[in-house]
Amino acid sequence: MRYFRKEKIIELFLQWTASLSIVIVICIFVFIFKEAVPFAKHPGLGELFSTRWMPTSPQKESFGLVPLVTGSFVVTVLAMLLTIPFGVGAAVYISELAAPVEREILKPFIEVLAGIPSVVIGFFGLMVLVPFVKSCFGLATGLTAFSGAVLLALMAIPTVTSISEDSLRSVPRSYKEASLALGASRLRTIWRVTVPAALPGIMAAVMLGTGRVIGETMAVMMVTGNAAIITFWPFDSVRTMTATIAAEMGEVAFGSDHYRALFCVGVVLLLATFGLNVAAQKVLSRYRMG
Amino acid sequence: MRTYENEISAEEDIAFIAMVCLLIAMFCTFASGGEKKSITIKGSDTMVHLVSDWAEAFMKEDPNVEVAVTGGGSGTGIAALINGTTEICASSRDMKEKEKQQAREKGIETKEVIVARDGIAVVVNPKNPVKELDIQQLAQIYTGAYTKWNQAGGNDKEILVFSRESSSGTYAFFQEHVLKNKDYTPKAKLMPATSAIIESVSTDEDAIGYVGLGYALAAKDKVKIIGVKADANSPAIMPSDETVTSGQYSISRPLYLYLNSKMTADVKAFVDFCLSDAGQEIVKKEGYVTVK
Repeated sequence: MRYFRKEKIIELFLQWTASLSIVIVICIFVFIFKEAVPFAKHPGLGELFSTRWMPTSPQKESFGLVPLVTGSFVVTVLAMLLTIPFGVGAAVYISELAAPVEREILKPFIEVLAGIPSVVIGFFGLMVLVPFVKSCFGLATGLTAFSGAVLLALMAIPTVTSISEDSLRSVPRSYKEASLALGASRLRTIWRVTVPAALPGIMAAVMLGTGRVIGETMAVMMVTGNAAIITFWPFDSVRTMTATIAAEMGEVAFGSDHYRALFCVGVVLLLATFGLNVAAQKVLSRYRMG
Repeated sequence: MRTYENEISAEEDIAFIAMVCLLIAMFCTFASGGEKKSITIKGSDTMVHLVSDWAEAFMKEDPNVEVAVTGGGSGTGIAALINGTTEICASSRDMKEKEKQQAREKGIETKEVIVARDGIAVVVNPKNPVKELDIQQLAQIYTGAYTKWNQAGGNDKEILVFSRESSSGTYAFFQEHVLKNKDYTPKAKLMPATSAIIESVSTDEDAIGYVGLGYALAAKDKVKIIGVKADANSPAIMPSDETVTSGQYSISRPLYLYLNSKMTADVKAFVDFCLSDAGQEIVKKEGYVTVK
């Protein structure tokens, strides 16, 4: 009997650890919303749609999220445009074309890239990438959305590559053999058989990469210039939502309008990542059924 | 399943209990803190070198006290003082009435001590031909009224405006004393650190930025410090110890320590040390101007 009781305890403990993440997610949602909601009462939700983010202005404080949302949007889209071809391309090469020796060299390096702390990447960006972008494109300054996107791509590529590679490798051998037996070339087999078969995994990888890109803070704060202007031009300076929270959260007094506004930014970020995850799940399940 | 029951030995039970004990022990160590007397100082990034030097010298004199110094910006320090998470706040701007009110609501009466003076230097890229600007022109540049350098006596180039983040005391002081409380242009690039402003101004030809005098002098070979005129007809004054003390240089400010008026003896001893001759010697060494 004692054995069963002990097993029960261990089982309960494991169940508790497994459900902990659900509890934490709920707690975060509740807490962030609780702190953000009073904003609707005082300055009013309309204030969030203003086009100016001037939270400490002595003239008139304004808390328009529009420049921050477009800033995050521009950086994320650009970063993904860079990440997808490089990340998926690298995965295809490593899993399908590389010789075993090449693979042994490539994989550890990609893993090292994944492990570099973002503040180190940000420092590298400020000292090396920013002057490079400036001289490369003949700009007045290299502190642009594009520089931020390049750094974010550096961080997202390892994630996308390693997950895509796993899913490419798990495509059954028989698929490839059948295709080759039918006379398809090696490249044709890759693009028409292997990659489509691994697509759900690749999409999951891209979604995870996007998640990392939206949430990344330090590196972006150091190289995008943080000017809160509304722009879709890659070579303008932008201020992202994450950088805004990081730069301003330390300074606000608890309970002020500015404090509430920062939690509103947090809510928008949370909803964006949540929406992204839900969309990813939908796409994945549809793909599996079809 | 039943067959396994006999195989469960007492050893495994002990291992299980040991694991639980270990977990409890870990929680206990995290929960309890150290016993040594300590002072925490938080606030201005501009002052962080100065305050650390004071802290080091002070700890040498009184080894029983540990002084922990962190930056984050004057606003951060003041918020921490209001929220009771720091004992001393180093600030490069004075506390606003609104903040004093917030502190009072939390039952904290704040005490202000001026411990040093600092000039804010305006810096441009060494390739920029502009050598001096008056306060009016600086305000026009920083509010976005001037967008080209030729409006302020320079080349026909777009002005790149660099500023600190809004949590910085330098940001608030510059806004109050140069911009006369007008808003910064939204195009101003808000940099997370003084070093990032120096770095950007040294690489971007059309950039303008402002930093504490100590930092500007240390980076003299990377950026050009420009003279500031109080108004269009006054002579241009370069920032230096003499011009800041005499008040000739227009953009200078006092540096403060803010404390809870109900302070411990250690905190009082620390503030007295900052104002002592030894403390003011450190002020001079760090590139700031003494208060005596």
